[in-house]
Formats: sequence, C-alpha cells, structure tokens
Amino acid sequence: MKKLLIGNEAVSRGLYEGGLGFVSSYPGTPSTEITEFLAKYDDIKSEWAPNEKVALEAAFGASLAGVRSACAMKHVGLNVAADPLFTLSYTGVNGGIVICVADDPANHSSQNEQDSRHYAIAAKVPMLEPSDSAEAYAFSKAAFTLSETFDTPVLLRMCTRVSHSQSVVDIGEREEIAKKPYVKNVAKYVMMPANATKRHVVVEERIKALTEYAETCSFNKIERGGTDIGIITSGTSYEYVKEVFGDTVSVLKIGMPYPLPEKLIKDFAASVKQLYVIEELDGVIEAHCRALGLSPVGKEKFTPLGEYSQKTVAEAFSLPAKKTVSADTPIPARPPMMCAGCPHRGIYYVLAKNKITVLGDIGCYTLGAQPPLSAVDSTLCMGASVSGIHGFLRADTEMKGKTVAVIGDSTFIHSGVTGLINVAYNASDATVIILDNSITGMTGHQQNPSTGYNIKGDPASKVDLEALCRSVGIRRVRVVDPYDLAACDKALKEELAANEPSVIISRRPCVLLKNVKTNPPLNVNPEKCRSCKRCMGLGCPAISMKHGKAKIDRSLCVGCEVCAGLCPFSAIEKEGD
Amino acid sequence: METKNVMIVGVGGQGSLLASKLLGAVLLSEGKDVKVSEVHGMSQRGGSVVTYVRFGDKVYSPVITEGEADYIVSFEKLEAARWAKFLKDGGEIIVNTQEIDPMPVIIGATEYPSDILGELESKGVKIDAIDAYGLAVKAGSGKAANVVLLSRLAKKFDVPYEKWIAAIEKTVAPKFTELNKKAFYLGYNL
Repeated sequence: MKKLLIGNEAVSRGLYEGGLGFVSSYPGTPSTEITEFLAKYDDIKSEWAPNEKVALEAAFGASLAGVRSACAMKHVGLNVAADPLFTLSYTGVNGGIVICVADDPANHSSQNEQDSRHYAIAAKVPMLEPSDSAEAYAFSKAAFTLSETFDTPVLLRMCTRVSHSQSVVDIGEREEIAKKPYVKNVAKYVMMPANATKRHVVVEERIKALTEYAETCSFNKIERGGTDIGIITSGTSYEYVKEVFGDTVSVLKIGMPYPLPEKLIKDFAASVKQLYVIEELDGVIEAHCRALGLSPVGKEKFTPLGEYSQKTVAEAFSLPAKKTVSADTPIPARPPMMCAGCPHRGIYYVLAKNKITVLGDIGCYTLGAQPPLSAVDSTLCMGASVSGIHGFLRADTEMKGKTVAVIGDSTFIHSGVTGLINVAYNASDATVIILDNSITGMTGHQQNPSTGYNIKGDPASKVDLEALCRSVGIRRVRVVDPYDLAACDKALKEELAANEPSVIISRRPCVLLKNVKTNPPLNVNPEKCRSCKRCMGLGCPAISMKHGKAKIDRSLCVGCEVCAGLCPFSAIEKEGD
Repeated sequence: METKNVMIVGVGGQGSLLASKLLGAVLLSEGKDVKVSEVHGMSQRGGSVVTYVRFGDKVYSPVITEGEADYIVSFEKLEAARWAKFLKDGGEIIVNTQEIDPMPVIIGATEYPSDILGELESKGVKIDAIDAYGLAVKAGSGKAANVVLLSRLAKKFDVPYEKWIAAIEKTVAPKFTELNKKAFYLGYNL
C-alpha cells in the first residue's frame, strides 16, 4: 500500500515490520516522531526514558533478553548514549538493536551541527543512511537482520531533511519474530578487562567482515551515466545530485557510510574521468577516498557548514543561477520566541529586571536569550546550567547572590539532577530555578517522568521534584507561580541571599497544552495608557505599540494577565472591565 | 510532467501543516510522485516557517531553492515578501492579508513595511491577496484560514473540486469537517 510518510514515520514502520519488540528513547528534534509513531503499535513496548543513555541501556537489556529493540535520539543525544554504545559494540547483541540518530545540519533546532558518522567509526558499529522515506523504511526493516547476522548494534543515521520530509512509501506487513532464548554468556556480556580484550578481537574481525559485505550489499549502489563525471554521495545529498544531473553523470550512492567499501570505490573512481564526493557536514567519505589513494573533489568545493540543496550542487558546478525577484525594502527578521502566555516569561522578566547572570539550558526557555528579555548568559548542553553554575560560583565567589541556573522539568530529569547532587555535595550555594511546565515542550509535548503520564498518555509514577531536591541535600526548596511577578521577585531575592544552595520551582503548565484553560484576551484602555512601554519589556508577541499606545493582538492573547500586573496605570483591562 | 513546486510559508503556529497534508493527499491520489518537507522544533515557536511541496513524475530533492517555486502560499504578508525570491519567473503568490508583527517590530527596532505587496507587484510578481482570516471567520472560525488559502491554490490545479473535499473529509477530524469544507468553498468561489 502506497502512503505519503515523513521519514521518521517511515523508520517506525520499518522497525515495526522488522519485528521490533521494545523501544526506549528520549525526545529530540528531529528524531522525536520515530518513537511517537512506534507508540501507536500495541505489539511494541514503547517508552520515554529519562535520557538517551538510559534509553540505550534499556534497549541493550531487551536485546540481551532476546527481543529486537531500538532507540531514537537526536545527534547530541548520542553523546549522552556514547558510553553504552562503545561497549555495546564489544558485547554485540542477542535480539537485534537499531539506534536511530538524527543529525541537524543548519541547526534548525539544535546547539551544534555534529556529524554522527564519526560515532560509527569510533565505536566500530555499522551505520546505514537513507536518503528518503522509502529508504528510511527499507533500511530500518533490514537493519535488524544486519544487526543479528553480524552480532552488532546498527546505527541508522537520519537528518532533518529526511526525518521531516514526506515521500511515498510502499508499506508491507509485520514480520513476527520469536523471542530468542537468553543464554548466560559471561565472556560475551561481562565486559571486565580480560573478556573485553578478547571481545575487541571479535570487533576487529567483524569490521573486516562488514567491509567485505559493503562491497556488494544492496545499501550501496552504482547508477551509470557516462564516464566524465563520477559522484560519490549519500543521504539527502544524493537527492540534490539527482535533481541537478538526473541520469547524466555516474553516481555511487553510499547507503552504508560505515564501514565503507574499498574495491567498489576504487573501481568506481577508475571508471570516471573526474571524481567528486558530495556529502553534508564533514568529509567522511572523502577522507576514506584519500586513504585509498584517490584524489576526489570534495570539501574544497562543498562546505562543511549547514544543509545542502540542489543550489549547492548547481553552484559548485558553475551552472547558471535561476532568475529571482525580491523586494528592496528590508524585511524584518522573524526569530522564534516564547508564546503569548508562556509561563517562562514571568520568571525571565524578574531575572532580567534584577540583572541576574543566568546559566541556561536546553528547551523552549533558551528563547529567554532573545531581546527584549535577553536574560540568558550561557547554553551548552542538557543539564549544563546546574553543573555550570557550581563551577562558576566555585571560581568566582563574588558572583554569589547574582547568579542562577534555569532548567526545564524534563531537562532536569534528563541530566540536571546529577548536577544538583554536585551543588549540594560540594556546597556551592547555587540557586537553581526549575522551570516546571509539566511537559517536554520544545520537541512538541512529550510526557516525562515528572508529568505523571507515560508515552501512551496513561497514568504513571510521577517524580516529586520538591522531595527529590530535598533528598539530595537541598534544604531550601520553594514553589512559585511564574504569573505572579511579585512572588517570583520575593523568592529570587530571598534565595539569592541565603548562605546555602536552594531550588526555586517555577511551576505552571505550558500554555499550549490542550488541558490548559486560557482566558479571554485583554484590552489596552488607550485613555489610561501613558505609553511608558513597561509592558513591552515582557517581549510578549501579543503586545505591540500602535500609534504611540500599547495594543494587544486579540488573536494571540491568552489572558495570562502578567502584563496587566506590570502596568503602573492599570491600563490593561479584562473583557467587560 | 515537469516537477511543480509549491511553498507554504507563514508564522510558526499558524497551521500550515494541515494545508500541506491536504495538498500531499490530493496529489498522491492523483498518482503523482510527491515530496513534502516540513519544519518542526524551535522555529515553530512564532518564527518564520516554510513547507516545500514538490510533485511530478519523479521528484528527487525535497526542498525548493531560489527562483524555483511555481506558487508561494503565504499565511502572512511579510512572509510572502521574505520568501518572494524563491518564486520562479512567472510564478504567483497567494497571500493572506493578515499582518503579524515580528519581534523586531514589536520592540520598535524596525517598522512593518507599509506596502510590501504593492512593491512586489510593481516588480511584476503576480499576487492573489485575500482576507483568508476574514473568510475563515465567516465560515465559522479564523483557524480555517489555512484551508481558505489552500482553496485558492486548488483553483490553479487541474484537479476536480470533489477531490479536495474528499481529502478534507478524510484528513480533518469529524467535528471540524463542515467548518473546513465551508472555508474551502468560500475561498474557491471568491
């Protein structure tokens, strides 16, 4: 049956048909929908894990027990899961394991542009790379067989354009795979030094066998089109090459970027006059070609930055540019921003007003760095706000009382809690603000261990954040409503003044959640508005200055009343006031 | 057939994903090869968003680049101007006349351009400007502005009216079917 599927749904369909029994993931754009779609199949046990390391270790456990398992994560999630990955390469699998990792060239929703192929090389684990939904489906389904045949976890590399592009997939039926028996095997699964040393030999032999397999496997294919130009390409770059050249050049399409074939590449290179390598991000295939003694045109012509397109390819080959028309008037930028009624806005306003240095974290609330709030000083990776403030205050005690860490509920569970243990244990008197909006927001509303619901929306055990913070040694824990600016201000000043570490939980659910009731929009009474622009300091998308007076966009305002509380002239009124 | 290119642009949260879903469903049912490239994640939070829809006998690239779009369907005026350079020579912009101030305008760092559509028209760009929000309100809810805009695009294609209605019935939740059918009708017969 032909269906139009985004790449992530195609992956989930492939994994489902391939006999997947267990999936555990942590959400991360652009990988999130893989697990969301898998959760719709009742014959798969699906879960959100607290972080990617836990997810991959859970998948390892399910594999050990004999079930085909998977996890999905964004590129930076694989950094978190790298610890189990490297040794999972040594133990190999019982039930097949597929690890889906989605890169984000152009940083659509990420903090860096790292290339996950380096992990495949470093961990010595085979990697598949589809270029559209049909391949995402086929490769995912085939990945389990590859995993079990070679006794290895398999990485499936996605990228934003493949994950979030819909294309036509001809779907099939699920293969029912019997659970394999669990057999105790200390030499294979207990990675203490003597065993690990022996397993390393197995890993090296496996890579040799996989390299041999890469010469003829169906993931790599040659499309002949003349002998002048030969292009080695992979992933979404393949689509751009075909868009520009159709069948007029020869193409070696790499569907398994690790391990790369040797003879196939050398023979292809020998069959064309000029060899090119076109790959997004780093020159991984190119480096392999050079190691084989070839001299392709690669990164000297094709940037390691951002996403490619047909334009990138056309320009590199000096093809004529398309005619365009545009306005001469400059078009104001439209950066993303916190929504009208966002509960993060109130607490950020108070932080900005008090000129607090803020070590930030990963989530919607990173947007607090945007003007006019401009309230965030650093964003590194998941959890780094809490760990970072500890080091910051240890290095500069003068900043005590002027610095906080902010972290979302899901990010806190992911990897903030370990940093908080460090704050308590090594006593840095830090103040940590947990922005508890009761959901994993930026990735599109996934449940997490602090929401009380699981991936299916069924009630689940709920982390008691206050009790958790107290139990790790934080005695000062308090909860504020971020819509109440006075309460936020008071809590902030008191906790910053305390001579011990503290946690402020700023608690109010994300305004976009379906069960959150919003209020009728507010109005500005133009007779009372004195144009002081204090409300503008909130950076609310619903408020702007029109003809010298504040104006509220009724289609955006959700009646949170934060601006009304701020107005010194009581000019912002409720309906009917 | 040569590959056709449609861009759906707007402000994150305006509901462009439904428009591309309906368009994709109709084109697939017409037996076309289709690719639709969407944006998820951070830019959905009030940022400028774009969806690429490409269809034909065989489509490779999922994206559209400068000078390639046959149609740009814009949910907001400024966004039409932002993406205008993606239009091909002779292409057309279908635009909702709604204005949504971006943050640099809100904080007074710059102004919302006063006659940006007029400027594009003076440069020879074909523009179909409609009050999609107003028509959607007339149909029952401003949320259906996306379907009003889609209906304007539908008129450009050689696909029977009934096929679009069937796609709405198949794709939209039952309680919103009537609203969206009405919005489609109002836009189509404008």
